[in-house]
Amino acid sequence: MSQRKAVALISGGLDSMLAARVIMDQGVHVEGINFFTGFCVEGHTHAIRRKDRARPKRNNALWVAEQLGMRLHIVDIVEEYKDVVLNPAHGYGAHLNPCLDCKIFMVNKALEWMEEHGFDFIITGEVIGQRPKSQRKDTMPVVARESGADDRLLRPLCARNLEPTRPELEGWVDRQALFNFTGRSRKPQMDLARQRGIDDYAQPAGGCCFLTDEHYAVKLKDLWASRRARNYDLDDIMLLKVGRHLRPRPAFKLIVAREEGENNFLRGYRKRFVHMEPVSHPGPLVLVDGEPGEQDIRLAARITGRFSQGRSAAMVTVQVTDRDGGRRTLEVPPLDAGDVPREWYV
Amino acid sequence: MMERLDARGLFCPLPVIRTQDRVAVMALGERLEVVATDHGVLHDIPAWCRINGHRVVESRDDGSEVTLVVEVGTLPEAPNHGP
Ligand code: SF4
Repeated sequence: MSQRKAVALISGGLDSMLAARVIMDQGVHVEGINFFTGFCVEGHTHAIRRKDRARPKRNNALWVAEQLGMRLHIVDIVEEYKDVVLNPAHGYGAHLNPCLDCKIFMVNKALEWMEEHGFDFIITGEVIGQRPKSQRKDTMPVVARESGADDRLLRPLCARNLEPTRPELEGWVDRQALFNFTGRSRKPQMDLARQRGIDDYAQPAGGCCFLTDEHYAVKLKDLWASRRARNYDLDDIMLLKVGRHLRPRPAFKLIVAREEGENNFLRGYRKRFVHMEPVSHPGPLVLVDGEPGEQDIRLAARITGRFSQGRSAAMVTVQVTDRDGGRRTLEVPPLDAGDVPREWYV
Repeated sequence: MMERLDARGLFCPLPVIRTQDRVAVMALGERLEVVATDHGVLHDIPAWCRINGHRVVESRDDGSEVTLVVEVGTLPEAPNHGP
């Protein structure tokens, strides 16, 4: 019998790493697939924040693949994923995370890849009960069915609690050597990792993407409300990861860099926005998102002064650059801390 | 002539994805020069190459831009090549 091939969804966390490893250990050829949605926590924030640069940075999915000695295919799904975020048939989790639809979508993409490349089945690191909304005993068949993968979707970490799948029935893998993990505990995974000699792995807090982050979700909803439209592009969702966001008036929002790394990052976007920078004192680059009027620009300049080193000076000079590149300077009194209400912070 | 990929302004993992997609249509032994501004590529592209059997033959960092030259290689086909 020729060697069977499986494609493993790799998030970079421990569970999907173990699932792939367990199936490799059964003699199946496994390759990994990792999806880039634009909301992934990895990568960008390291690149942006200077203080994060000191820490060793790695792409966890690549790292997992290297540890396992497995190929990894990274797929850009930014465009197609929008429909999952904007119109999830099964709704959202605690924040704007459409986890169930996301799983269905990713397994379906893996299925397409599998068929194109002549692979036999798909594996995921899902565990029954691990996540209250998306990883439940009753959602497992939903993912299998709605993704179209059906009995070619194997969850090695909890397979023994589920109906046997095709790889098990055909004897491509040994069901008895699979697992029956349930619940939120991480202990069974950690024990299994130790058993298989895996002692270094990423510990994602909560979810694998920014959509599970409360503050991020608030900023994304604010963006939609201000545009009166639910949509986004990659730049929008990147910018929500960076800087302080203040909305003093419905018509505009300010994105204020917090440190040098963010300053450099925002500089890359300055042609798309009216932007300002103090010139009389050191201070942050500030992007103005929306359609600010003249009064708004003045207020924005005063806020820019507030976040500059001239915050206690009588006046600061702020250079304002329009989208067409036209420049002028404004001399304004910086806003007092007390005049920046909490509600302005998005 | 060496092929060139401009990945400036992209953040990881996009430069890796663009490299992967270009290398997929190149022939064994051909070289691709990748220019990027996200310094994460100094880590991610070599890692991606190691997993997939390619080789980084040159890497330069001039502070604002990073340049890597990738030589297309091959992996022995299945079974899994262990670490
Ligand atoms: S946390 Fe994000 S990436 Fe993970 S399943 Fe939920 S929506 Fe998808």
